[in-house]
Amino acid sequence: MDLLAEQRGEILVVHAMQDRIDAACAVQFKDRMRELTQLPTPRVVLDMSRVNFLDSSGLGAVVAVMKALAPDRRLELSGLTNTVQKVFRLTRMDSVFTIHSETPDGLRQAG
Amino acid sequence: MAPSQSLGSGQPDPSARLTIPGDPMAVRAGLRSLFDTILLRGLTAEDRSAAEIVLAEALNNIVEHAYSNSHGDIDITLQLRQTELICTIVDTGKPMPDNTLPNGHLSPLGAVKDLPEGGFGWHVIRTLSKDLHYQRQDGRNQLSFRLDTTQPAN
Repeated sequence: MDLLAEQRGEILVVHAMQDRIDAACAVQFKDRMRELTQLPTPRVVLDMSRVNFLDSSGLGAVVAVMKALAPDRRLELSGLTNTVQKVFRLTRMDSVFTIHSETPDGLRQAG
Repeated sequence: MAPSQSLGSGQPDPSARLTIPGDPMAVRAGLRSLFDTILLRGLTAEDRSAAEIVLAEALNNIVEHAYSNSHGDIDITLQLRQTELICTIVDTGKPMPDNTLPNGHLSPLGAVKDLPEGGFGWHVIRTLSKDLHYQRQDGRNQLSFRLDTTQPAN
């Protein structure tokens, strides 16, 4: 699971670099996110703009990451593609996460 | 392994069939090759998206439960008939508990610490598919369902 983390002030942005978060990499995603979020930034944003597909195992892993950050920090999401958005909507998880339509200003990765 | 395809005109319905081992990497690769077939490339982006979500959940379920302590293959047949994609998935793993499909009710979403990390799969399958049917016969599980497509076949 390829994740790229960059710290910008109080925000840690983690870019998911793979096009899928699925059952084949959900555990790895969770473990890697746990390592990366050791940095004590108040906000954590997961940039999912490259992720074309998320299954329920992948969704469960994203939820697990949010739970691991609680109660002091909350996982925010950005750049949900159509299929990923659909999975969040169908499971009503869109009501639980702060979802930015685009990675918030100043967070966009150059290149 | 490339799925076999038949795309005859006026002949049988266009279809694709693929057999994969029941493991997560094979599911990922299998979905990739199925969605690269002429059959599924012809669907709209919206229909492809729904089909991939439902098929992934059905296949993951087989890997996680039917084959939780054994190995075996999964046989996937997709058939495009008029405005429907007919999906049939067969495995030789354990039967569904009580030979019945889970109802797929979502747990209520409360405090963050209590959020469910699973149990979404059947809810998603039931929401997006029609005529969901399960049968256990001769040591095989057969799951079938239909998905609406917005364009007629061909």
